[in-house]
Amino acid sequence: MDASPTKGKAVEGSINMIGLGLSAIGPGVGIGLIFAAFISGVARQPEAQSRLQSIAILGFVLAEALFIITVALAFVLPI
Amino acid sequence: MSVHVSLSEATPVAAEGGDGGFIAPGPGSFELPPVFEVAGFGVTKPMLLLILSAVLILAFTIAASRNAQMVPGRLQFAGETVYGFVRNTLARDNIGSEHFMKFVPYLFSLFMFILVNNYYGIFPFLQFPTMSRIGFVIPLALMSWLIYVGAGMWKHGVFGYFKHATMPSGVGGPILILLVPLEFFSNILVRPVTLTLRLFGNMFAGHLLLILFATGGAALLTSGNALYAGVGILSFALGIGVSFLEMLVMFLQAYVFTLLSSMYIGEALADEH
Repeated sequence: MDASPTKGKAVEGSINMIGLGLSAIGPGVGIGLIFAAFISGVARQPEAQSRLQSIAILGFVLAEALFIITVALAFVLPI
Repeated sequence: MSVHVSLSEATPVAAEGGDGGFIAPGPGSFELPPVFEVAGFGVTKPMLLLILSAVLILAFTIAASRNAQMVPGRLQFAGETVYGFVRNTLARDNIGSEHFMKFVPYLFSLFMFILVNNYYGIFPFLQFPTMSRIGFVIPLALMSWLIYVGAGMWKHGVFGYFKHATMPSGVGGPILILLVPLEFFSNILVRPVTLTLRLFGNMFAGHLLLILFATGGAALLTSGNALYAGVGILSFALGIGVSFLEMLVMFLQAYVFTLLSSMYIGEALADEH
């Protein structure tokens, strides 16, 4: 990202951040699906909430891992 | 659009070291200068916070467990709630009622340690989550890794554990050529890496977001343009919202790290299924 010829008005930054934004889509959809299933499960069977909760959080964490790995790599990898 | 142009115009000014330029926070914001040096070894803020966390947790657990009464007082009740949560919900449900007590001391210390170090991120005047430096997270993940691999080897023997971890029962034939390396990769090599990156990444990203809203809001407020100042107030309001989100995430990450550690231990100790 060197100085561009267009009078220094170019946006400067790392293109990694675009990848970071793109990689948020997948886990976003996945986490939404997990909690949608959790909510409908609790609505049908409220007494199962405590058991479903730990499973839902586990699924949320595993889906989120993909994005978190990208966060780390986006800042670590050059440009 | 106008904000975007002003930012790109401000960047060269900031690069020259002039005032009025806004430098966006980045990974460099986490590299704090040493507070003081001991024989050429710089002691930084997260190191001091780490020591403070050990002192705080020791003081809390000693105060909560000393003079234990049959009818618990307030402090004893708080201590017993945390301990009971880790012992029953995390350890016993995931490791099984036979062996779980051996691992409760480790899991309880792990949970308290991560919890206190995460909450530094929103505690006034401290405001730095220790776990946003990856060097503090790697030893925790390595310790969990050694413990669950060690527990598996203690239960099944060295080769028995590798067989248990890499060969799912009920699968036979040539598919094992594909399955064994994959299972080895995912169960033994990737787990400590994801444990590390999950805690580190969450704390890092969350704290970066808070810095961005605070410094960006301040830069917009002091820019001298009334419209930008309005956006600056919005930025501060969003920063407060993100702080509440962070409070949830900080607890959740401590919970999840301990939950996954106990699940891995439970899986390593499980009988052949």
